[in-house]
Amino acid sequence: MSDEQPEETVVTDAPLVEAPADTVAGEVVLRLTDVVKTFPGVRALDGVRLEVRAGEVHCLLGQNGAGKSTLIKVLAGVHRPDSGTVEWRGEPVTFANPQAAMRAGIATIYQELDLVEDLSVGENAFLGHEPRRLGFVRRGHMARRTRQILGRLGHAEIPPNRMVRSLPAAGKQVVSMARALSHEARLIIMDEPSAVLAHDEVGNLFRIIRELTAQGIAVIYISHRLEEIREIGDRVTVLKDGRTTAANLPARDTPTRELVSKMTGRTIEYVFPDRPAEPPAGDELLRVDGLTRAGEFADVSLSVRAGEIVGIAGLVGSGRSELLETIYGARRADAGTVRVAGRALRPGSVGSAVRAGLGMAPEERKSQALLLGEPIYRNVTLATFGRYSRAGFTDAAKERAEADRIAESLDLRPRDVRRPVRTLSGGNQQKVVVGRWLLGDTKLLLLDEPTRGVDVGARAELYQVIRALAARGVGVLLVSSEVPEVLGLADRVLVMREGRVVREAPATELDENTVLDLVMAGSLMEGAPA
Amino acid sequence: MSDVKDTSTAAERGAALPAQSPPVDPAETAAAGEKAAAGGRLSWWHGDAGEGARRNLALIGVLVALIVIGALTRSDLYSNPDWVWDNVLSILKLASVVGVVTVGMTFVIIGGGIDLSVGAIVALAGVWCTTVATQSYGAGGMIFSALTVGLAVGLVNGLLISYGRLVPFIATLAMLVAARGLAAEISDKQTQVSDNNFINGLASNSLLGVPLLVYILAAVVAAGWVLLNRTTFGRRTVAVGGNPEAARLAGINVKRHTLLLYALSGLCCGIAAIMLTAQANSAQAAMANLYELDAIAAAIIGGTLLSGGRGTIIGSLLGVVIFATITNLFAINGLSTEAQNMVKGGIIVAAVLVQQVQFRSLTQFLNRNRLTTT
Repeated sequence: MSDEQPEETVVTDAPLVEAPADTVAGEVVLRLTDVVKTFPGVRALDGVRLEVRAGEVHCLLGQNGAGKSTLIKVLAGVHRPDSGTVEWRGEPVTFANPQAAMRAGIATIYQELDLVEDLSVGENAFLGHEPRRLGFVRRGHMARRTRQILGRLGHAEIPPNRMVRSLPAAGKQVVSMARALSHEARLIIMDEPSAVLAHDEVGNLFRIIRELTAQGIAVIYISHRLEEIREIGDRVTVLKDGRTTAANLPARDTPTRELVSKMTGRTIEYVFPDRPAEPPAGDELLRVDGLTRAGEFADVSLSVRAGEIVGIAGLVGSGRSELLETIYGARRADAGTVRVAGRALRPGSVGSAVRAGLGMAPEERKSQALLLGEPIYRNVTLATFGRYSRAGFTDAAKERAEADRIAESLDLRPRDVRRPVRTLSGGNQQKVVVGRWLLGDTKLLLLDEPTRGVDVGARAELYQVIRALAARGVGVLLVSSEVPEVLGLADRVLVMREGRVVREAPATELDENTVLDLVMAGSLMEGAPA
Repeated sequence: MSDVKDTSTAAERGAALPAQSPPVDPAETAAAGEKAAAGGRLSWWHGDAGEGARRNLALIGVLVALIVIGALTRSDLYSNPDWVWDNVLSILKLASVVGVVTVGMTFVIIGGGIDLSVGAIVALAGVWCTTVATQSYGAGGMIFSALTVGLAVGLVNGLLISYGRLVPFIATLAMLVAARGLAAEISDKQTQVSDNNFINGLASNSLLGVPLLVYILAAVVAAGWVLLNRTTFGRRTVAVGGNPEAARLAGINVKRHTLLLYALSGLCCGIAAIMLTAQANSAQAAMANLYELDAIAAAIIGGTLLSGGRGTIIGSLLGVVIFATITNLFAINGLSTEAQNMVKGGIIVAAVLVQQVQFRSLTQFLNRNRLTTT
């Protein structure tokens, strides 16, 4: 790939790519136009276009946080859009609740299958609309219809009276689909259905999907695995930051690079701070050798020097976040060692990592990093309040002063550190999480998707903060699924795919296309260039 | 949430900080504070800091209403100021034992757990400290054994929950059954009379007209308040209960802290065991029956979130006092305990409903406010 001319990077503001519409024959059943959905502080959907035809498998691609989940919930009747139109079988609709969407013929199969484990297959398939007579469930009738539907799905071998708990994941998924069919669904939305399946079960899933589409049912298929999209998909719509960046691309022939660049594509406003003229030559701070966690990542070795920013590029599922959490001690490694300044960390002990000078801003701010109801200053000092205490007594005034200083230096808005953290926007919440490790003597900062859900302005500020930290001698290990971010910010880059580091190089020696090829390899690349 | 003035040592401690955090100039800090104030700060009453205060004021309102009902139904008694003062003291005395247990319970619930074994621990500690052998060591020996037994049982709870990974409900339910069994075994199902005058005097004696039990309650509540609001232990408790994952990733030892919370609850039960033994001049395996429910109910009425992360000691104290006042109200009117229990049940539901409404309106208010200031 290295001898190819790098393509122009596609920017999000580029005109929408629209493939010829006649690639799929069926009539349009669902059409979304400029759908917008906002939550306090977030524009989750910011102009989504989507067109789904009867009998097609329409794939939805996008990073975490791109708005896929919100879009699904809009279609499933969980959320109502703020503006824009949803046309269902030619008529504009607004679903008041999930039941309304079900009745209209839209069924959703969520990633965490919403089955009742201790009810039977039949009871689950007809949950909420059991065939009744005089208030009594017609069990025989229900069993018959369930058997019929399971037969349609090619799984007549599953007995309708079997407890769902005793079924394997693939069987549960079939039950979810049976439920969709029990509602006479015309559109089935599948949110990463292959994530819970073993490799050979995916083939069976595809067979079921083909049978459904042959009956004229439309399927919206969400997956991070590009090979699957190529195999089962007809057309692809790509979302990024709540917007449709490409619609109706042919699933089989669109080049991988184009798909990925639509997903991760550079936003022109990204401004990265300058790298130091000399490559950082500080002492080695972090040394990871042969770190392995079964099923997540294997034999990862890396190092970070003082003052160096090391970036890990990789997609969701490449093991990058798991790697970071294992280095930090939040997960226990199966094999391998983590050394900080030459001393080995106790495996599986966050306390040991923090004492050694590690800090982490985890991937999920709200669930992993913040006490949402607590004031900003207490969130900033969550890892350090012990330092400001005397004989076990906290010093709130000192904490507020320190938090104020951090708020000032990070330009936190609003500045009042007594406000509860939940009233802040995503970008400002992230500043609170990063700010936490600016107090105290953090030597090495682990950042997992530091700019997810952060608006463009706050991003540039965060980049400045990260670079300034490195200039003070702090080592930074950064994980991001946005390739330009890794390349723009890091001094050295590691590319991860399927739990392994497939390439390591100075950021200046890599370009976006090379990294994208490495990250997405598999379906297109035969043997990645080492 | 008061501002502690601390200018004398700020620079000194600032200098002791690592090089990355430059010393804080007190003047700068003050300036930053002023800027913050200009940046659309909510007044304390409307802000989050005022939430607990608003909640507690509502509870005081309930308390006043109960007293007014008492004064209306028994105006004959309430016309006598001496009786009124005595009645207040008897309510506080009634609240004292459960109050001490509730302080421990409040910590456990804020920390995201629950302790169903408190009544059983009180009984076990009470029985243990009144055996003939223990009584032979005098008051000091009795107090020491009650506190040690409470602490030890609490530690076992904590070990089962934090390191044994049992669900708190299950672990402490098992302990409830087991501790009562052990108490019955030790006492041979007999009532053990306390012959110790010092212990018995804790309940019968007063200082400056106030029963000693009320002083003990006041001391435990004060210590609990300081522990929750002014120490790193309290801060960890809120963090561990509010978001265990965030606490863990911030380097807080969640397991150890969980262990300590149950130990603290056990220690409070040990104190309560001495108080209850003093009141009855005896101890038996069936004492402190259903104290766990009284303590949990009081904490919840007091605004402690059952899912953890939020709660106040003052709110819990008010919850206990409200329950004691209801009992007292029924007693002075000569009404049955059955009716009393029904009213208590209603009050628990009403308190939680009112708090949900308050919380919702607060959230709405904050959302509106956020939209207008940013």
